[in-house]
Amino acid sequence: MAAISRDDVAHLARLSRIEMSDAELDHMASELGVILGAVARVQEVATDDIPPTSHAIPLHNVFREDVVKPSLTPEESLSGAPATDGPRFKVPQILGEAE
Amino acid sequence: MSMNYDAAVAAYEPTLGLEVHVELNTKSKMFCSCSTEFGAEPNTQTCPVCLGLPGSLPVVNGKAIESSILIGLALNCSIAPFSRFARKNYFYPDMPKNFQTSQYDEPICVDGYLDVEIETDEGPKKFRVEIERVHMEEDTGKSLHVGGSTGRIHGAEYSLLDYNRAGIPLVEIVTRIVPGTGKYAPQVARAYVTELRDILRSLGVSDVKMEQGSLRCDANVSIAPIGSGKLGTRSETKNVNSLRSVERAVSGEIERQANRLESGERIIQETRHFLEESGQTRPGRSKETAEDYRYFPEPDLVPVTPDADWIEELRKRIPEKPSIRRKRLQEEWNVPAKEMESMVNAELLDVVEETVKLGSDATRARSWWLGEVSRLANEKEVAPTSLITAAQVAEVIALIAGGELTDKLARQVVEGVINGEGTPREVIDKRGLKVVSDDSALMVAIEAAIAAQPDTAERIRGGNIPAAGALIGAVMKATGGQADAAKVRELLLKHLGQG
Amino acid sequence: MTHIYSTAAQMSAALAAKEVSSVDLTKEHLARIAQVDTDVHAFLYVDKEGALAQAEAADKLRAAGGAISPLAGVPLALKDVLAQKGIPTTCGSKMLENWRPPYDSTVVTKLKAAGVVILGKTNMDEFAMGSSTENSAYGPTHNPWDLDRIPGGSGGGSAAALAAFEAPLAIGTDTGGSIRQPAAVTGTVGVKPTYGGVSRYGLVAFSSSLDQAGPCARTVLDTALLHEVIAGYDERDSTSINQAVPDVVAAAKRQEVKGMKIGVVKELGGDGFQAGVSQRFQEALEILVANGAEIVEVSCPNFEYALAAYYLIAPSEASSNLARFDSMRYGIRVGDDGTVGAEEVMRATRHLGFGPEVKRRIILGTYALSSGYYDAYYGSAQKVRTLIKRDYEKAFESVDVLVSPTCPTTAFKIGEKSDDPLAMYLNDIATIPVNMAGIGGMSLPCGLAPEDNLPVGFQIMSPVMQDDRMYRVGGTLEAALVSKWGQPLLSAETKLAVK
Repeated sequence: MAAISRDDVAHLARLSRIEMSDAELDHMASELGVILGAVARVQEVATDDIPPTSHAIPLHNVFREDVVKPSLTPEESLSGAPATDGPRFKVPQILGEAE
Repeated sequence: MSMNYDAAVAAYEPTLGLEVHVELNTKSKMFCSCSTEFGAEPNTQTCPVCLGLPGSLPVVNGKAIESSILIGLALNCSIAPFSRFARKNYFYPDMPKNFQTSQYDEPICVDGYLDVEIETDEGPKKFRVEIERVHMEEDTGKSLHVGGSTGRIHGAEYSLLDYNRAGIPLVEIVTRIVPGTGKYAPQVARAYVTELRDILRSLGVSDVKMEQGSLRCDANVSIAPIGSGKLGTRSETKNVNSLRSVERAVSGEIERQANRLESGERIIQETRHFLEESGQTRPGRSKETAEDYRYFPEPDLVPVTPDADWIEELRKRIPEKPSIRRKRLQEEWNVPAKEMESMVNAELLDVVEETVKLGSDATRARSWWLGEVSRLANEKEVAPTSLITAAQVAEVIALIAGGELTDKLARQVVEGVINGEGTPREVIDKRGLKVVSDDSALMVAIEAAIAAQPDTAERIRGGNIPAAGALIGAVMKATGGQADAAKVRELLLKHLGQG
Repeated sequence: MTHIYSTAAQMSAALAAKEVSSVDLTKEHLARIAQVDTDVHAFLYVDKEGALAQAEAADKLRAAGGAISPLAGVPLALKDVLAQKGIPTTCGSKMLENWRPPYDSTVVTKLKAAGVVILGKTNMDEFAMGSSTENSAYGPTHNPWDLDRIPGGSGGGSAAALAAFEAPLAIGTDTGGSIRQPAAVTGTVGVKPTYGGVSRYGLVAFSSSLDQAGPCARTVLDTALLHEVIAGYDERDSTSINQAVPDVVAAAKRQEVKGMKIGVVKELGGDGFQAGVSQRFQEALEILVANGAEIVEVSCPNFEYALAAYYLIAPSEASSNLARFDSMRYGIRVGDDGTVGAEEVMRATRHLGFGPEVKRRIILGTYALSSGYYDAYYGSAQKVRTLIKRDYEKAFESVDVLVSPTCPTTAFKIGEKSDDPLAMYLNDIATIPVNMAGIGGMSLPCGLAPEDNLPVGFQIMSPVMQDDRMYRVGGTLEAALVSKWGQPLLSAETKLAVK
């Protein structure tokens, strides 16, 4: 069984932006340990000589023509927003900086 | 600071690396058909795809692929026979899917170079900047921060998001580290970005406007004691928005790092922001740990595998390298370097060349475009090339050369063309602008007179010379009495076989 | 006389013969929903007005004598994971409570174009993660055969709606068995077409490289008729296959399998499969032999790793696909009291908006993609995928289709496995390999298990873009079984728990 600590789960929860209580972290750590133990089986047959498959059906070069088509109306674009301010999405203050 | 730039580069060897982001000028976005036009009302150029709505799927803009390959070819890169998009996972509100679709370990172009030349104490010197990769990605939306006292991100009470820019195609061009520039690192950096900008412009793949953000540069700088043979810890400076800033940012960073090392401090690997006013950099977000982007191949897109024929077809479209072309044109036209630079900066080199190709004298072509046309364009706040074509300017220049127009009259013709009064000929006709001593100009009036009085002309052809008086009178009237009547008579009779 | 116990093909004929109007047909189904859905809970939203309007439009078109598709006017239940403009689309998640998409998925566009009447949206495991529909934020769906039992998942709502005669047609989506396993445990028919056969545009992604929408009904022919409506190339989906759709309707009607070679996958049966499931499966094989098919045993040795690979690939892709649910642009927002930043609001929203299974998979996927673990987990799983594809390719060299029981057991009790994720995951052991290889898969009923009188599913797998083969085998087997039983498994006479 793969050992996974509460701190590991806390790190993953941070990366995936999910708040978790200590109890949830503990519970998740034990569940994840069991699941990882089971799924780690893939390593038994995944040898170096086997190429990975990311797409089941091997297509390539699927392109669009560079043509402008109608966008949504601003009303439609904003229709699901929890909050708006005029034509913009209104969100809580963004701390930190973009990449 | 205790150590100035000269002292810094006397003690330390700088190493440079540059990442340039270019917004492509495709009509539609990278993965959807929304318009890319700059300056639209917020969120009017958005759709389920670029808003990252649940269920939406991306489809690659073929033109963006073509532009990326063109860039790679112009930078002497190999075009990858197989490349792929990946997802770069991190959360940020101006990125609708909370992952950026980008190329990661399988970029479209690799292993190129760009040679740049700078002036050194020993004269002109060439540096080869090696290109590690050229890859495609998508731009983010824009956030506006409201409420805080400074207007900067910190202290804002809330933020407003506009996703018009989200999904605009970006190409990132990454250099390998550029060693051995010594104290010329800032100049090399500037020369590289300048040359790159000119190449991109000549390819027609981007607007390359640094001030509008369609070309953005991040400068990676590290320093190490001269002779140590080591590489120092690098910083990455963002927000460098002009060619001059590229140079200043690099020199400023070298100076800052040298002072840190001199005072016994370590250099921290970090992102810094360039401050236009002071020429300094300030630290950006400090990260406790390196971000884990969890890249994996984008399952919603399929691999890009350009075949050799397509690549060769595109290779034929690569124009002459701008710096080489400039040198050639400068020699051919015999213009001072400064004038050449003016034309380049005004983005008039192409149209001047076109005008010259249509038969105009290079000096005249240059002075018309940089002078009168640019002056009128400035008044109207538009690009000179949007007012008048190379062919029209060439025609005007030919008319001057042929003696039909003086410079003064020509300016009126140009003004007329720009006002939409028609071709130069039509403007001349409508406004009656002619140096009428000229043979060909007079001939136009003579032909008009003949056309108006065909019977009279026929009589003259039949030998009735005195009948010419009526036509001469008409020509004199048409030219406002400015023509030489004897000359008119001579030309008229010759034209009608009586000369 | 009510029409709700008819097949879609019969309803289509009755509409064509003007024995019934679409409005009346729709009203009959709406009445049935009102009658039984408090017990079954197949629907999350019933669009009464919209459905009647579509029905009226279909009737008008028919009255006008216009060209009309075979399923025009026939009602359908839509899984709540597909976007329908203006209609709530929750994916069974609290996160999307009240989200109404501003656009139609391609499947919905095609349904509307064919005049199919969309009754409403069906219940599902949250974001299609589950095998029992217990993971819906809006409460479980109950199996019409036994209300204490699960209807399968994730598309339990669609399958239960069919079994309870609330709709003759339904749309499901299948990432690891979410169409076929519910079909198996409710005695209905469900098809996962070849990956790329039906557009994913507007299907809210769980695992992009595995997800596939498909048709569900009570008979093989009805499933084929619906398959024909929704399949086909879509320029909005880069992974859509640009080829003609196989003639599945003709195949479903063919009713013969003489000379076909059918491979029984050794690894998808035996130990771990309920005795009654194995018994009914064997009997079905005998029927196929009696109809002239040749049965051979085939070994696919890498299938035993499919489940492990699936539970790495699907959560990895899901962790990225579900990142967009951050409360900035749509969906619920939690904890925005004006004092905290966007990041904290995202964390609070995702804490409350996602259920335990979704969180479990996001965390698992985030782990599998992390630097340092990628190769061991996600990378290895992608290699297993290659091995599974190879197993299928080898098998299809010698047989026309492959078969197995759809699930190891009949429907289990609600709550029985909800505390044991691994036991729950084992339900999908026979359906997952199909998704890993992108091939087609069908489940159709092959009887009731003697020990519990609950339906058993028979799975048929066909190679990429050869979906007609499974319809041919399925249609033949179904006809033989119905003639053996004297009536379909599901008919007006079937003693269901719902009356």
